[in-house]
Amino acid sequence: MEIQKTALYDYHKSLGAKFVPFAGYEMPVQYSSGIVDEHKITRNGAGMFDVSHMGQLLIEGNESLATELEKIIPIDLKKIQLNQSKYSFLTNEEGGIYDDLILTKVEKGFNIILNAACKNNDFKIISSSLKNKFKITLHKNLSLIALQGPKSSQILEKIINGISSLKFMNGNKFYYKGKDVYITRSGYTGEDGFEISITNEFVEDLAKELISHGVKPIGLGARDTLRLEAGLCLYGHDINESTSPIEANLKWAISKRRREEGGFVGYKKIKSDLNGSLNRLRVGIKPDGKIIAREGVKIFSEDGKEIGSITSGTFGPSVNGPIAMGYVKLNFSKPGTKVSLEVRGKKHEAKVSKLPFYKKNYVR
Amino acid sequence: MSEKKYSKEHEWVTIEGDVATIGITRHAAEMLGDVVFVELPEKGKNVEKEGQAGVVESTKAASDVYTPITGEITDTNQSIVDDPGAVNKDPEGAAWFFKIKIKNKSELDQLMSKADYDKFAKENPN
Repeated sequence: MEIQKTALYDYHKSLGAKFVPFAGYEMPVQYSSGIVDEHKITRNGAGMFDVSHMGQLLIEGNESLATELEKIIPIDLKKIQLNQSKYSFLTNEEGGIYDDLILTKVEKGFNIILNAACKNNDFKIISSSLKNKFKITLHKNLSLIALQGPKSSQILEKIINGISSLKFMNGNKFYYKGKDVYITRSGYTGEDGFEISITNEFVEDLAKELISHGVKPIGLGARDTLRLEAGLCLYGHDINESTSPIEANLKWAISKRRREEGGFVGYKKIKSDLNGSLNRLRVGIKPDGKIIAREGVKIFSEDGKEIGSITSGTFGPSVNGPIAMGYVKLNFSKPGTKVSLEVRGKKHEAKVSKLPFYKKNYVR
Repeated sequence: MSEKKYSKEHEWVTIEGDVATIGITRHAAEMLGDVVFVELPEKGKNVEKEGQAGVVESTKAASDVYTPITGEITDTNQSIVDDPGAVNKDPEGAAWFFKIKIKNKSELDQLMSKADYDKFAKENPN
């Protein structure tokens, strides 16, 4: 399949982007100032991410749609409020994860943001589960911009009136140049911020206006260091079709009623994980020294037994040191547990760490 | 000190007597992006031309550093281990990687001049 480009491709190029292929798209990995600088700009100012490669799915329907969707997504869709967003996932029969997602209740039904690499498969899964009873649209005419960082709100308010009153994990319809845009206060960096869904036709105008207000463009490289410092999972690495949400330490994302009642695909495994058969857990791992442990690095106990492996690892610019996440056997998952990491044939000391590595307060 | 020579693996070499000082080129440092970790060979270790003799990591990935010269490691630059960012600031100066006691001087003839390397790097950006 031919590699795709987002509507902002030429604009990224003019901003000095270096591109990499990602999930079938030619995406900016960084701009001229580099990943560490872009990371710090997002932590201290405001950064703009083009995440238009991600899937924007609209499913139209009312209560009967909520009932059907609850069979494949473990959110309490009876309790969700209009314009409220929730993090969740599509589970499979074995209790693994097909994709993680953000669902927002909108007037017409539900908006779902999906990972780029998974979106076409997700569409098939959701369509077949809903058996053509509801209208499903995977938008091709919409772009998605994430504006992230402590200065996001004051800057965006100058361009789009009223956004500063949004609460974290809530959205609403706003106007930009007289056109509808849907904005949620959310993101994937551990910072306050917004995700703006806007037509391809107007996205460059908005991007240029953000840049003219001092926002800097940020690539996928810094997106990865930011999300890892924030302890957030990257699909295909930290979670996949063989990790259950309970193993992935995402129990919080399944509401109490759904944990108790089930009624969704893969509940059998999830229930047994909840009831004591859990044997591994996703944890943070902090190397004692400077060594960077990347995906696939084996984790050992103090007495030399293999107890798991790393699923993501990098250098955290705000932590100013190496950070990682991985799965360990349950009895080694307590923060502070000493472990060792085998990198290039040598063992390096590390400790299980609380997540996130870096924490800020969201606007609630 | 000799004129600086360059390898196809994007290392630079200068010679003083029978000792070669080796580092990575400015082009290589730019391609890597922010260097956040450096691993150097141990002093006294014998390394072979085109063999692995260190690791540099950026936020994105780890890359091996190769030696363009066969010989014994006589010294390593600990300052870039303590401050890996120095590799981006002064890759062809203060941020040298290691020194080697040269075993076979004819290996030097296979290295490129600056003009040839610049052309090579342009044609082989990675």
